[in-house]
Amino acid sequence: DTSVLAGVYGPAEVKVSKEIYDRATLEVLVQPKVGLPGVRERSQEQCVRETCEASLLLTLHPRSSLTLILQVLHDDGSLLSCSLNAACMALMDAGLPMSCLFCGVTCAIDTDGQIITDPTAAQEKESRALMTFAIDSKERRVMMSSTKGSFSVHEMQQCIAVSQKASEKIFQFYRDSVRRRYSKTL
Amino acid sequence: MQRQYTVYLQSFISRPCVRMFSSLKLRVGEVLLPGDEFSFDTADRLSLTEAVKAEKVVCGPGLRRSGDRLLVCKSGVLRHKEPNTFWMDSQQRRYVPAKGESIIGIVTVKSGDVFKVDFGGSEQASLSYLAFEGATKRNRPNVQVGDLVFAQFVLANKDMEPELVCVDSSGRANGMGVFGGGGLLFSVSLGLVRRLLAPHSEILTDLQQLFPCELVVGMNGRLWVKSSTVQQTLVISNLLQSCDTMTAQQRQQLFRRVAQGAL
Repeated sequence: DTSVLAGVYGPAEVKVSKEIYDRATLEVLVQPKVGLPGVRERSQEQCVRETCEASLLLTLHPRSSLTLILQVLHDDGSLLSCSLNAACMALMDAGLPMSCLFCGVTCAIDTDGQIITDPTAAQEKESRALMTFAIDSKERRVMMSSTKGSFSVHEMQQCIAVSQKASEKIFQFYRDSVRRRYSKTL
Repeated sequence: MQRQYTVYLQSFISRPCVRMFSSLKLRVGEVLLPGDEFSFDTADRLSLTEAVKAEKVVCGPGLRRSGDRLLVCKSGVLRHKEPNTFWMDSQQRRYVPAKGESIIGIVTVKSGDVFKVDFGGSEQASLSYLAFEGATKRNRPNVQVGDLVFAQFVLANKDMEPELVCVDSSGRANGMGVFGGGGLLFSVSLGLVRRLLAPHSEILTDLQQLFPCELVVGMNGRLWVKSSTVQQTLVISNLLQSCDTMTAQQRQQLFRRVAQGAL
């Protein structure tokens, strides 16, 4: 039930102090449901921005700014991966040139050692480790990872394998959504 | 056997584009996402009996070449135009300037010899006062801040400030220049504008049967409409904004209802 609303604005004018001569400047803003953005939102922004910069073709719009605003509507666990999915769909729908798509998958390891994908807030609280991976669409490689808790290397590798399999479903969902969008003009 | 193998190798090296052309042609009309690739499949065997000719593939917007592969970089429908042009038809609202396109801009600054025009892109374009028909240093054109201009890009790349002119290469205005007064300017998506400007556009033929009106179409997603009364102008602008997201049947139904005076 976690939902995030994403809006993309750009390529637009950029302030001279922030412009980069050969690439577009990407700004990500995460607005929480209640209150002002704090340190947690800043770290989420950093994760989303790194992933987007790796998959967008920023050199096609030098001295421009791309703004991505993520508004949290409801938080029930797996917030970072929901934000990543919303960001990817917004960028793709806006027509910004991208070299590949990405998706976010969250895995939680509970006290028994079971791996749960896309945990709810209650499951996240009881887990002993929580990992979020951003997987790219071309070679299913890990683009970004954000982890919390204690786990072994073997468990992390298992989680990466599970996330890669789960990302297939998300990419299929992207494809179906875009097909529906263009079905009226086909 | 050995001679057969060397003949196969020769045709493999000298005609690499045939496979890509046919694999692109197969997927015309399909919805593709960024990250989809077209590559020359080296494992496939080329037929030795077919006449093999070199094919050039021209990539339009939305397709990029990286090495020996074609990469899709925008989501949309793959379109094809004879003989060998392919491009991605995508829906977006934000305009990126391209040379040769005619747009509707608003004059924002009049400084010395140059006007700054806002066309809805990432920066403002410059329009020289000499780029109008019959303009000389003594005979300046009558352009004020806030005027609408219909101009064409003469320089538009990602690294430099875009430049506009209101005159074509032979020095004639050809419909370009300052216009406005009594009409309504509104913005729509770029896909609708391209559909309006396509030859034998259905939307335009449907619109012609409704009311007589004057319509200026800018490729930056801006439309300007003027009709005999204010009400008709508003009706036409609402119709155009709403037929962005309709199928052809829904649009024809809507136009029929308006023609009968239901709205």
